[in-house]
Amino acid sequence: MPYIEMPKLSDTMTEGTVVKWHKAIGDSVSVGDVLAEIETDKAVMELEAFDDGTLKEICVAEGGKAKVGDHLALLLGAGETAPKKTDKVASLEKSDGAAKTAEPAQPVSAKPAAAAAPTASSGRVKASPLAKKIAAAKGVQLATIQGSGPGGRVIAKDLESATAQAPRTATTSAPILPGPLPEGAKRIPLSGMRKIIAERLLASKTQIPHFYLNIEVDAGNLMQMRAQVNAPLEKAGTGKLTINDFILKAVVAAAVKVPRVNASYAGDAIIEYPDVHLSVAVAVEDGLVTPVVRAAQTKSLRQISESVKDLATRARTKKLKPEEYQGGTLTVSNLGSHGIDNFLAIINPPQAIILAIGAIVKKPVVNAQDEIVPGHRLAIGLSADHRVVDGAVGAQYLAELRLLIENPALMLI
Amino acid sequence: MNYDLIVIGGGPAGYVGAIRAAQLGKKVACVEKERAGGTCLNWGCIPTKSLLRNAELFHLMKHRADEFGFSFDNLSYDWGNVIKRSRSVADKNAGGIEYLFKKNKVDYILGEASLERAGVVTVKGKDGKAQKLEAANVLLATGVVSRPMPGLPFNGTTVIGSREAMVLAKQPKSIVIIGAGAIGVEFAYFFNAFGTKVTLVEMLPNILPLEDTEASQTLEKAYAKLGIQVLTNTKVVKAEAGKESVKISVEGKKAETLEAEVCLVAIGVQPLLPGGAAVKLTQRGYIETDARYQTSLNGVFAAGDIIGPPLLAHVASYEAIQAVEGIFTNHAPKKVTVFPSCTYCQPQVASVGLTERAAKEKGLKFKVGKFPFSASGKARAVGEIDGFVKILFGEPNGEVLGAHIVGSEATEMIGELGLAITLEATHEEIEATIHAHPTLSESVHEATGQAYGLAIHI
Repeated sequence: MPYIEMPKLSDTMTEGTVVKWHKAIGDSVSVGDVLAEIETDKAVMELEAFDDGTLKEICVAEGGKAKVGDHLALLLGAGETAPKKTDKVASLEKSDGAAKTAEPAQPVSAKPAAAAAPTASSGRVKASPLAKKIAAAKGVQLATIQGSGPGGRVIAKDLESATAQAPRTATTSAPILPGPLPEGAKRIPLSGMRKIIAERLLASKTQIPHFYLNIEVDAGNLMQMRAQVNAPLEKAGTGKLTINDFILKAVVAAAVKVPRVNASYAGDAIIEYPDVHLSVAVAVEDGLVTPVVRAAQTKSLRQISESVKDLATRARTKKLKPEEYQGGTLTVSNLGSHGIDNFLAIINPPQAIILAIGAIVKKPVVNAQDEIVPGHRLAIGLSADHRVVDGAVGAQYLAELRLLIENPALMLI
Repeated sequence: MNYDLIVIGGGPAGYVGAIRAAQLGKKVACVEKERAGGTCLNWGCIPTKSLLRNAELFHLMKHRADEFGFSFDNLSYDWGNVIKRSRSVADKNAGGIEYLFKKNKVDYILGEASLERAGVVTVKGKDGKAQKLEAANVLLATGVVSRPMPGLPFNGTTVIGSREAMVLAKQPKSIVIIGAGAIGVEFAYFFNAFGTKVTLVEMLPNILPLEDTEASQTLEKAYAKLGIQVLTNTKVVKAEAGKESVKISVEGKKAETLEAEVCLVAIGVQPLLPGGAAVKLTQRGYIETDARYQTSLNGVFAAGDIIGPPLLAHVASYEAIQAVEGIFTNHAPKKVTVFPSCTYCQPQVASVGLTERAAKEKGLKFKVGKFPFSASGKARAVGEIDGFVKILFGEPNGEVLGAHIVGSEATEMIGELGLAITLEATHEEIEATIHAHPTLSESVHEATGQAYGLAIHI
């Protein structure tokens, strides 16, 4: 296949942007050479050559976008000749140029395209052939449908109600969009990441029955312990631990105690995961990513701390590999350093809970002796998927979390 | 004794439900008054398939030997051994169930069970001793028995049900079979193959009246060729049972009196309710169950023939598994919607999903694809060119609504189409599946193609 196509670099990727070409037309290319840098919704990644040859044509210029599977460049080996042009050339950017000169679309090829369309938006969606056809006919995105078939497979019945909902969401969402733009308004086209954030969080908030629990815990002991631990660390010149590191450790340890929160709803079953893959929300330019600390229950406080630091740094420079931000089983979002005392977050599907950590705030507290004393208080919000976690289970989880944060020495056990 | 589950009845619902509960780690007893396996293994599906195999073979040798280049000087059969083979097949299968009970540690209790109240079952053993069993849950799976014809009660010799028909000590010279459902049709084939003069009487316009009309009519033609007298649209108006023969007066195209040595009444079945506490029944007298297969008594469930049609072993087993998983796991039990129906005469008749009639009644838009076995190379090679594959595809999406097969191996071929319906496959998936050549199942592919103008061999 002499044409190099836009690869699918993450499970949610539908299109990518060519950031930079490392080879120019006429350059000779060997296997493993970096051809270009591609920006996905999550990261900038390098596109390597799989064949030797000469770069004959570049179909998408730097800064241009292309859908997954579209042609990016033509690489010809010795003796190879250019194939006949097809209409697969960067359909997003050059839809009026190349596509028009391409051969007339054949009615036969239109069929599989229609059937495949619903799955294209976010990886493979399990759906029956009939469900795919119905979804294509009604213009319903299969990814937004909760499947009731085996293993959460979308079946025709699921689309009966979905098609009934579709016009409703259309009418309710339409007025939310702004009307004619006032003068001076800035129109910022959605980046891949913003699109994904919009899609996934809308799906989460509309399809997952969220409920919320709040606690306020005493962080006095935690601050003390941190000071104790950090003093020698500082002397040794090794990295200090943050309050967030301790909270993450506690979040993971509590999830081991209450495994139901480390779970997903799977249509006909609840999946409890053996490992706590901890997603940590990291704000990046124009969005956020949630890199994952894998099997965090096996990691020490120090390992979690270093892991998060490394992931966050690389997230900000878009250097994460897909496996580093996929497969999390629960998420922590901490806005304490942004000056937020108390908030609630939207679940990161298919996870069952997300924890929203605020800032440690000094405030008057009534102690056990009924005296008013200064206290270090930390507000924690839990958002949970009620299909997986009930109120009492959520409360049990937060009780474990409180116990660990208020008695951080327990984390040593 | 305290159980998690007591199952009353050891047929395809009962034994399957008991074993599944045991697999889930539950303590289970299965009470059976006769023999594990129920009607299916002992007095239904299995022994009749054995008889029909004998019938097929004998028919082939007797009437088609020439065609295959065989000749026999003294072709004969031993009626007693035909019956004996069938009994030994049933016996071995029932023994298999007893082995499965042991393997899964299900307590198999022989005796007549009676439901005292929810949670308590008394069992009267063959020795007359009664024992009281307790369980958190009870599954009723007592099944059905042949229904007698009003005015023509069973007498065990000249007026019989299917159970007697499969163990007749002497082959009757003539038989009138009332009712042309699967049982009547199968026995008609069996007795006819061995030379008994068979008259098959059906009140409705077609034999196998629940099947697609085209399938019924194809079988009627095949039966006429075999020499079976088929009287459809025919009502029994008077019946007289003697010691040596019966006289049945019927009214159909014409009024006539049929005389035969034996009359097999195969007009249907009636529920066989367990004794003891009453549970709510449907209008037709079957046990009423809710979405979780629970009866009107808390903790008392029912599955299989006893909860009403479709009265099929495979449906019974499915229901029992659904019920048991609903009791002991988070599984939300499913009710039976799509199931195959099979009749094992020759040619066989098999179907799944909607008949063309039903699809029309529902006002559905559909396409029909049909392929005759006479156009199949394999069918011709094995000498079985009767019948067809007919598939109904919904419009506009092409999902399989129903499939009907008449042919020598129809019952073995229907599974593919059941899977297609369950997976919501459309004609495109069948079309895209390479079917082995030469097989009869290629006809499924060709029937699919025929609906969309893509068939090659027709």
